[in-house]
Amino acid sequence: MAETKVPAVRPLSPHLQIYRLPLTMLMSGFHRISGFGLYFGTLLLAWWLLAVASGPNGYAKFQWFIGSIIGQIILLGYTWALIHHMLGGIRHLIWDTGRGFGPQEREWLAAATIIGSLALTLIVAVVGYLAMGGSR
Amino acid sequence: MSTATPKHFRTPLAKVRGRGAARSGTEDFWLQRVTSVAGIPLTVMAIVIGILLLGRNQAAAAQILGSPAVAIIMILFIISTIVHMKIGMQEILVDYVPGESAKLTLLLANTFFCWAVGLASVFGILKLSFGL
Repeated sequence: MAETKVPAVRPLSPHLQIYRLPLTMLMSGFHRISGFGLYFGTLLLAWWLLAVASGPNGYAKFQWFIGSIIGQIILLGYTWALIHHMLGGIRHLIWDTGRGFGPQEREWLAAATIIGSLALTLIVAVVGYLAMGGSR
Repeated sequence: MSTATPKHFRTPLAKVRGRGAARSGTEDFWLQRVTSVAGIPLTVMAIVIGILLLGRNQAAAAQILGSPAVAIIMILFIISTIVHMKIGMQEILVDYVPGESAKLTLLLANTFFCWAVGLASVFGILKLSFGL
């Protein structure tokens, strides 16, 4: 065999940066990331409950923090992560029944998760803002 | 076919039963589903309770959080959430942390964190409920 072997031109295995990021993939990542965030958000929950239990001084400290810009951003982020993870969880429970795997269905479910979580978070934020006494 | 005396008498099925790669069965998988189903109504109720408490002073917040219905809902929310997040974080650690010692250390930290935060939260509510 005299002829030299030309290496076959094969397509390279595409990795994350090659893929067009599908919404379903993004929502899969979001589910894990929101869960990861909520894990540490429980520190805020524990602080809140212990602050109420500790008395007026402890509660004042908590209220000062949660009323600050950083506190408000954390609270909003926690609320969104909580709602998003809940809706993403409902999506997973639907999948657990063996339904919702079709090409249209899964796109629809992914879109419903992100749109639903943003909409519900906005509603909760507005209601919460009004409950806090509006603009102070 | 061998006629020699077998070295052990356990069947292959008995050896592998409940012994996947995680060396345990489907308990965590199932518990994660149970706590996610429980978490749906409990999360909605916890958000409503949270909104109800916004903008109130400590005395009012303490009274609402300490009332039996609210306290029970919050304790259920905390237990369900803590169990769920412990399994979730364990899954993340097992997926991403290379090296056995680092993984074991973080898994241990995960257990300690979940117990500490869960117990602290429940303690806060019980303290309010019992008026201590």
